[in-house]
Amino acid sequence: MTSSQHTHTPKAALSRRRFMEGAATLGGTLWGNTSHTHAETEAHSPQQPLNAQTAPNIHDLPSSYKPQFFNDEEYLFLEHACERIFPQDSHGPGACALGVPRFIDLQMNTPYGRGELWYLKGPFINGPAELGYQLPYSPQDLYRRTITPINTHCLMTHDALFVELSSAQQDDILSSLENGQLHFNDIPGNIFFEQLRTNTLEGAFADPAYGGNYDMNGWQMMGFPGARADFMDWINQNGASYPLGPVSMPPSSQAELNEGD
Amino acid sequence: MAENSHTSSTATSPKPDVLIIGAGWAGSIMAKELTEAGLSVTMLERGKDHSTAIEGTYPKSIDELRGAVRKRLFQKLAHSSLTIRNKPDQVALPYRQLAAFLPGEGVGGAGLHWSGCHFRATEDDLRLRSNTIERYGKTFIPEDMHLQDYGVTYQELEPFFDKAEKIFGTSGQAYTVNGRIVGQGNVFAPDRSDHFPLPAMEDTYSASLFRKAAAKVGYNPYSIPAANASQPYTNPYGCQMGPCNFCGYCSGYACYLYSKASPNVNILPALRQNPRFKLITQANVLEILLDGDRKKATGVRYVNTQTLTEHTLTADLVILTAFQLHNVHLLLTSGIGQPYNPADQSGTVGRNFFYQTITSSRVWLPKNTFSNQFVGAGGAGVAIDDFNQPGFDRGPAGFIGGSPLWVNQAGVKPITAAIGAGGKGKARWGHTYKTEMIEQYQHSLGIEAHGSNMSYRDVYLDLDPTWRNAYGQPMLRMTFTWKDNDIRMNQYVVNKLQDIANEMGATRTQLNSLQYGQAFDSRIYQTTHLGGGAVMGDSPTTSVVNRYLQSWDVSNLFVIGSSAFPQGMGYNPTGLVAALAYWSAHHIRTSYLANPGPMVQA
Repeated sequence: MTSSQHTHTPKAALSRRRFMEGAATLGGTLWGNTSHTHAETEAHSPQQPLNAQTAPNIHDLPSSYKPQFFNDEEYLFLEHACERIFPQDSHGPGACALGVPRFIDLQMNTPYGRGELWYLKGPFINGPAELGYQLPYSPQDLYRRTITPINTHCLMTHDALFVELSSAQQDDILSSLENGQLHFNDIPGNIFFEQLRTNTLEGAFADPAYGGNYDMNGWQMMGFPGARADFMDWINQNGASYPLGPVSMPPSSQAELNEGD
Repeated sequence: MAENSHTSSTATSPKPDVLIIGAGWAGSIMAKELTEAGLSVTMLERGKDHSTAIEGTYPKSIDELRGAVRKRLFQKLAHSSLTIRNKPDQVALPYRQLAAFLPGEGVGGAGLHWSGCHFRATEDDLRLRSNTIERYGKTFIPEDMHLQDYGVTYQELEPFFDKAEKIFGTSGQAYTVNGRIVGQGNVFAPDRSDHFPLPAMEDTYSASLFRKAAAKVGYNPYSIPAANASQPYTNPYGCQMGPCNFCGYCSGYACYLYSKASPNVNILPALRQNPRFKLITQANVLEILLDGDRKKATGVRYVNTQTLTEHTLTADLVILTAFQLHNVHLLLTSGIGQPYNPADQSGTVGRNFFYQTITSSRVWLPKNTFSNQFVGAGGAGVAIDDFNQPGFDRGPAGFIGGSPLWVNQAGVKPITAAIGAGGKGKARWGHTYKTEMIEQYQHSLGIEAHGSNMSYRDVYLDLDPTWRNAYGQPMLRMTFTWKDNDIRMNQYVVNKLQDIANEMGATRTQLNSLQYGQAFDSRIYQTTHLGGGAVMGDSPTTSVVNRYLQSWDVSNLFVIGSSAFPQGMGYNPTGLVAALAYWSAHHIRTSYLANPGPMVQA
């Protein structure tokens, strides 16, 4: 593990146990008084496949979700980082209440999450940014190889996990990732940040069937009518706002949606 | 349903007269024409079969994540991609994530997931070198620009533009028919032999604002010709289309309403009923086979992508109708023609590769006005050709080419809108981002400069020395970046937008143009309008195929697609691809079949 700005110091030797203690005591930070069960449970097998038995009911509150790909430390990071990217405000819910972390967790066990939609054959050579992504990593890898090192970095610099930092401090870390000042393992911070930002926004606005956009609240905020897909009478209404709220796809098995095409 | 009728042995399979490689628009047109001529046709497609009844089923067909975001109808890069570099002295690197351009895969090809903007080329586009020299002199052409004529005129192609519009059920408003003014169409459009088969699509609110404002500034707005049905339609093949309801799911999706023209809706339902037609899917052609003299194609070698077994099929006539990049790739891997070498400018295969010079600008409306950007149709909108038309004097502006400006509200979905918002000095995440992004979605609209892109000495396609596809073949290598002529053109037309935006009542405008020295960025969606590399023309020293799209080297091979365009134009390519397919098919039927051999003497 390396960081562009900080070399290994004794502080970095803070143990993984310290991580998990921190994680366990921080559960619920973003959820106010709602119950937050996953942080109290054992870490899940990281590669546990999605199947009919474990498929979540997307009508359940996102806060009750138990991650299937991410471990508790990673999932806590995700909750806090996604919320900074897409925060709750007067427009409506933020990433957590929309179920964005649940969406991202579910996406990890799909062809997309496994990197099967990308060309990931070597050799791997760095080049100008314009020539695009050149790492050997799937989305699963990008998260797994970055989140823990970010927490280690936070411990070294702030003596606290990412989730324990103030919002301003969290924003500083995210900005340093976005502008590439930080990098962890061989993953430039901006590559990780763009992955996180993209997946966060996907989770805010994809059909609720995928686990995010809880109760279509993302669509509601945007004024997007979802799966209505019929605007014959609304081609030109001189700038009036569309009067009907969103509809979503009918319930459909998660496994079927994510099997790929 | 999928016809995965892979032949385990060619001996048991009767030899077809014609093999067609690629089941997109060009392949489907050629298959229809040649079966009509009484020939037996086998069409090979590397991807899966696609039909509206399955891929187009509502509501799963309109799922943004599955459609435009995870890109289910597009090329599967994990099996085969290409490498990209900006300049010949760079190491080209693999295109690992679909972004800048999105070739299709599966029956229908890019014709299944396109938008539906259906233009004719103009005489000026087809005769750009001659017209430029006649008007501005030879020295007006930059030294490194490979400006060429197509070798076919608008008059010659007109019946085939007309036929394509009738097959596609294209909605539009003519300006002149047989020399008489008939309506308020594009005053700069070339004369037509007939009306569009359907009336123009209605204007969305954003398009109506642009129409009014452009006219007030003194320009000549017109309805973009759209292969989206404005009314119910039955085409000459008996294929039916339903009226478009502006659902907004065109580009990246299979149309659930049978409203957007596609090979799957407009041709294949008729073709599939013909016993002389056979479709083999999941058949990735690896090589066009040649005889000992390498003057005649004998057939193709393909791999069944499911069983990974190889097969050989033979035929008298081979038609290559894959996507532009893949046409060039297959010529190179088959050793047909001489690969282009930019050092001495020898060879032709891969020469004159080009793209489309597009930038998108944005206009914000007052907060009590909703642009409802989710409403739309891929081909519908309002454009002006004042800076694209032949009469526009490029002399003072100092560039070759041009660009329509248009509002083509195709239906903006929230994931794409949210990912694209911010940047250029604006927040890309956090509270400010969220506020501005929602405002942008509800109260703004996009205006595109959809400009031409010329061909240049050091912009080309060849085979990559390092990376290979899943079948062990070298991948295609793209060498491409933006050039000053096209940047100058883009900046010139984008600057014209401010007056229109003001007239539209813009509260804020963000004009986006290319900057000098800016490298092509493969990470950012541009368009899938790639062209050239196997161009048509008058001479085998500067073209791969003759004016009938017949290979100069192998006379029973025809190569059809935007790969035949010698340089770009301000319009979308599909209308010209379809017209060239019908043109080529007509001459195969009326001339070649009776007398096989070179149709033009080199």
